[in-house]
Formats: sequence, C-alpha cells, structure tokens
Amino acid sequence: MSWTKEQMADEVIKLFIKNCSVNLGIGLPSIVAERLPPDLNIMVHSENGILGVGERPTENEVSPTLINAGKETVTIIKGASYFDSSLSFGMIRGGHIDFSVLGGMEVDVAGNLANWMIPGKKVTGMGGAMDLVNGSKNVIVMMNHFTKKGIPKLKDHCELPLTGAAVVNMVVTEMGMFSPDKNKFKIIKLAEGAKNLDLGPVE
Amino acid sequence: MTKIYQSASEALSDLSSGMTLMSGGFGLCGIAENCIDAITFMDVKDLTVISNNIGNAGKGLVKILVQNKIKKAYCSYVGGNPDLEKLMLADEIEVELVPQGTFSERIRAGGMGIRGFYTPTGFGTKISEGKEVKVFDRPCILELPLRADFAIIKAQKGDPYGNLWFKEAARNFSPLMAMAADITVVEVEELVELGDIAPEDVHLPGIFVQRIFKGKDYKNDIEYRKVKS
Repeated sequence: MSWTKEQMADEVIKLFIKNCSVNLGIGLPSIVAERLPPDLNIMVHSENGILGVGERPTENEVSPTLINAGKETVTIIKGASYFDSSLSFGMIRGGHIDFSVLGGMEVDVAGNLANWMIPGKKVTGMGGAMDLVNGSKNVIVMMNHFTKKGIPKLKDHCELPLTGAAVVNMVVTEMGMFSPDKNKFKIIKLAEGAKNLDLGPVE
Repeated sequence: MTKIYQSASEALSDLSSGMTLMSGGFGLCGIAENCIDAITFMDVKDLTVISNNIGNAGKGLVKILVQNKIKKAYCSYVGGNPDLEKLMLADEIEVELVPQGTFSERIRAGGMGIRGFYTPTGFGTKISEGKEVKVFDRPCILELPLRADFAIIKAQKGDPYGNLWFKEAARNFSPLMAMAADITVVEVEELVELGDIAPEDVHLPGIFVQRIFKGKDYKNDIEYRKVKS
C-alpha cells in the first residue's frame, strides 16, 4: 500500500519541531494544517499576512477578510498577528520561518524545484514559492510521486522552469520520504507499496 | 484642501489612458470594489496594472481586464484567474510575473525611496535572466522599485486625513501601494472622525493618502468558503 494523503501529512508533521513556525502551501500541504497536534505549539504563517492560523471557521465565524494564502476561509489562534505583505515576506526572506511545505511538479537530485509553470500549457505563477524556498530554514516538498502519465516527478534534472535552485531538503510522496543527495535521492522512508516500482533516481 | 471625495468616479476623474495603476488586495480579499467598478465605466485604455492577482474568478480587476483596458500587468500569481491565464497563453497581454516577496518589496522600495535591493529570491530561475547578480553569503539578484500614477486601495476605517485601519488579513499590499503612488485613492467602509482611530492603532499614516471616500454596496466575496465539518 502507498501512503494516503493523511499519512503523507503525518510524515511531514514528524519533521517539525516543537514551537516552530511553518508555512503551508496550496494543495496537498493544506492537509498538514488540519492534522497538526495542538501540543506542538506550532505557529502557522500565511504569506497574505497572518501568523497564527487556526482551524476552519464555523458558519458563524466565516469572515471574508480572514483567509489563508489559498484564499480559503480560516480562523486564528490566540497569540496571532496580522501584518502587510512586505513584513510577511520579511519573515520569510529573513529566515524566521522554520519550515515551508510546498507542492511540486518536479524535484531533482540537486534539490532543484519546479512548480510554477508548464511552458505553453499552464501558468499558475510562482506566488510566494520562490521567496519561501530561498528564505525558509527547511523546505519540504509534498507531492504525488508520479505525473498523470505515470512518470516519476523525482528527476535527475528538472525539465520545467525552476522555482528555486538547490533549495529542497526533503520530499514526501505517497511512495515515501526522500532527500536530494548529490546524484540521487536518498531513501529516508519507503511506503510498503513502493517496492519494485520505478521511482526515479532513488537509492 | 480636503482629501474627502464623494465617490469613486469623482476621485478617479483624472485617471487617463497609458497610466500605471496599483490595486490592493490578495485575490478578492481587500480589493477596492468601488474604484474597480468606476474604472469599468471610464474611457481609459493601455493601463499598466500592478496587482498581486489582477482579479480572480471573473471578479475584481478581471472586469477591466476583459474590457481590454490593461496593456501590461505585474503580478505574482495567476492560478484562480483563468481569464488572465488564457490571455497569457495566447500572448495577448504583456505580463511580468514577479515573486510575491520581491513584488511587495519592490513596491515598498518605490514608496520608501530605496533605489534597488539585492535578494536571493529567483536566483537560478527565469526571474534572474538579464539581472545583475552579486554574491553576498550567496548569489543575489538586483531588483528595482515599482511606482504608479494611481493606487486604489480599500480599508475598513479611515479618517479625513487618510489615517487607515485595516480589518484582519485585508491589509496585504495596500499600505505598500499607498506609499508608492503619486495619487492614492482610498475607499473605506467607515469614514470616521479625526481621532477616532487611536494613534497607536493607525496601520497607515494619512501622509500617504491623497483622496478618500466612503464606499458602498460591498460584496466582500469569498473565493473558497471552507467551514468546520
């Protein structure tokens, strides 16, 4: 069996340390927010200007001015703060964010990440991803292991335009946990269902 | 001279074709709804627009985008804005994608008199192409400030001097844009008296604001309404 999205999120959470600050990207990483154990005392940063993002609101708590970077309604926890985008990215660029979890299209053995465009086909833009991968102390990519065509997204060299060069510390997919290591990915953990599959340049 | 105007159309009457316009908001959160609507009725074109998303989901600045009033756009994120993505892929609009932290800092620099700054963000990517690289603890690229003729922003509360107070996470790029424009037009949900916003609660001092009016009919759209199950 490969890991479920929830198991992937739990593996990411095991990498966090107590009292740390964390930025969670759009897509798969947003599941991490829903599974954070309260006793870890984690401050969740959202680059649109919140430190201390909480759980989903009730119907009565919904506020159009209280959203996360994925434009989803959220709440805040006690001790939270609001600020402008420049201060928000100062927290990121200045190295004050301990962990950043982002989605990915490709990651390669050198720790390069591509996740913002497919030339001629799709442009999402980089949003805050280029700042996050360069500024955060630890960069974790959480993504599906294979493309829709079944090609591993762990590569020798990224083919898509880069989001950051030599920035990724860890990759978590449904097949396991891997770290870029010079000319290959080192296996940190392997899901049971991953044996005998072509996972890309993984050893 | 008073900074108080009666409506968006009055406050924007001298916005003209070819000008550069900054527009606050993150997605649809905190956008200047009245000002954007007023521009849809104005005979302006060839605008350069600086805004994080250029609207989203057919709303906000997308209203003037689909009127072909925008010649060039600076933004950081296109996901959620299919109208813009379509124009980009068809090469029918000039877009400079800027990493969001660099985007906000270029605007802040524009307002703060900083002539340029070096940042590691974007090094080794398409963003660094053609830019000066300088090695500090690691390679960084030179980024230049952004300024505009007009900024349109929204705040929850403002007073006649232009002191502003923003609600929750609606602040985002708005105070930065207010600093970086020759004429900053602010629309507020509540126009309060001088002194009603305590000095220590002023998020943006009024020196950065030239025009202010009380807006109306706010929709305050939510893009993704997610509630506790």
